[in-house]
Amino acid sequence: MNIVVCVKQVPDTATERKLRSDDKTLDRDAADGVVNELDEYAVEEALKLKEAHGGEVTVLTMGPGKATETIRKALAMGADKAVHLSDDALHGSDALSTSYAMAQVLKKIGFDLVILGSESTDARTGVLAAMLAERLGASQLTLANKVEVEGTSIRVQRITDYGFDKVEAALPAVVSVVEKINEPRYPSFKGIMAAKKKPVETIAIGDASIDAGQVGLDAAWSEVVDFAAAPPRAAGTIVKDEGDGGANAADFLASKKFI
Amino acid sequence: MSEILVLVEQVEGEVKKVTLELLTLARSLGTPAAVWLGPGITADAKAKLAEYGAEKIYVGGSEELVQYVVAPKAEALAQLVADKAPAAVLVAATAEGKEIAGRLAVKTDSGVITDAVGLGEGFVADQSIFGGGVNVRAKVRRGTPIVAVRPNSTAPAPSAGAGAEEEISVTLSEAAKAARVVERVKQEKGARPELTEAAIVVSGGRGVGSAENFSVIEGLADALGAAVGASRAATDAGWYPHQFQVGQTGKTVSPQLYIAAGISGAIQHRAGMQTAKTIVAINKDPEAPIFELADYGVVGDLHQVVPQLTEEIKKRK
Repeated sequence: MNIVVCVKQVPDTATERKLRSDDKTLDRDAADGVVNELDEYAVEEALKLKEAHGGEVTVLTMGPGKATETIRKALAMGADKAVHLSDDALHGSDALSTSYAMAQVLKKIGFDLVILGSESTDARTGVLAAMLAERLGASQLTLANKVEVEGTSIRVQRITDYGFDKVEAALPAVVSVVEKINEPRYPSFKGIMAAKKKPVETIAIGDASIDAGQVGLDAAWSEVVDFAAAPPRAAGTIVKDEGDGGANAADFLASKKFI
Repeated sequence: MSEILVLVEQVEGEVKKVTLELLTLARSLGTPAAVWLGPGITADAKAKLAEYGAEKIYVGGSEELVQYVVAPKAEALAQLVADKAPAAVLVAATAEGKEIAGRLAVKTDSGVITDAVGLGEGFVADQSIFGGGVNVRAKVRRGTPIVAVRPNSTAPAPSAGAGAEEEISVTLSEAAKAARVVERVKQEKGARPELTEAAIVVSGGRGVGSAENFSVIEGLADALGAAVGASRAATDAGWYPHQFQVGQTGKTVSPQLYIAAGISGAIQHRAGMQTAKTIVAINKDPEAPIFELADYGVVGDLHQVVPQLTEEIKKRK
């Protein structure tokens, strides 16, 4: 089975994240880059499926040169090879252009299964997997906390507001995973060393028939009009419980008409 | 004024509150038209949609629309967009609502904005990003604006619309039927409101201490008619089911009131609840970062404070 895992480098949530004042895009230099957490679960699930069914796991990322760090981590966990789509023309791409560019690469490299995290910790749009399925004409099995493959069919448990749906489809498919699906492995020393020798192909938009007029800031389907740091919340009232903390909190709730 | 399509969310035939919020929001920007996709629309549901301003109700009643994952609803909406040329399409910013919006955006070659917490003139949307640290105003500049709006962003207000029903027939492509739902498994606990759209959420974290002790959190939630949430520490420990997790890798909630009990308020948790209108925190540790967000905080043991608060609420009702 030919599995492609899409991973994204995102600014570390623990550091201050900013938008650039010039073009209102993510300031990638302001914070440390890490692998999007949910994508690590996607890598783990891909490796498990490979262990069970054979095949190959390819890591795909789109991002500037620095995003190579993200690829190395996935390779160290056990992925076989990587494709890095990197081109200045992609800077400022929104979800629609990102899904278009990634779909073009996926068409070029081929796949039975595409796996990714259900959302990224930076943009948090949660739309990429659905968009990829739409663009690729592949089955959409998103928000999965359990994945089973049998021959050319795939079954997942799709998390819903009321519990979950059992969903089945034929490959090729796009799967997005939620955090509950597994426990991502830590790269071993051996894995880290082996990752250095694994093939990483860096491609530009021309290598995947990506139309420059459909990507980047100027082509984006949506735009940030303006932005500002959220005003700090006004300091609240903090009281120490002296045996009447619950009653005091009730007074507060009553003053706000919640009771 | 141009029509604004509002995708109806419903549970067993009952229109969800978020849809009434979207109709209220749509009224301020154009002529609201509700879109019901799936079988089972009732006279009550139609009356409710009209009561909150739907001038039109488009009804696609085919069973097929709900038998497959997301794609059929996006396809039906795309056909409506082509037929009616609406000014915008609004959906609820739930996990599935956003996926529908994403596929619709590709199909109609339109821009999409997710997790709007407000929407104004020219369909300029307010968003709160980076765990609530930055406020953004964004707009669609290609195609029909598609906006996924967070529940609780607008107070629903009735204002009668004509509610003229129009049946729509939807022809699904084979591609839309690729992923079939074979079984729906309900795990919802009791009669509590759904977490992402509840007006009040009471969440418990590490400080709760055990699965049994979550009854303290549930007791307060029930006294307030609230939904129960949990921090990742609590769901990872197996004290509360994962689908109730609030935070970066869980649900995002934006209620009128959020009560955090025994939750320290790590950035990952804050990312899921920071846009709550009023925040109350109860924690033993006076240094807990949750107090930086709290409108009202009690430094104390939740096992003392929460039961007392629950009793007080019951007394005052």
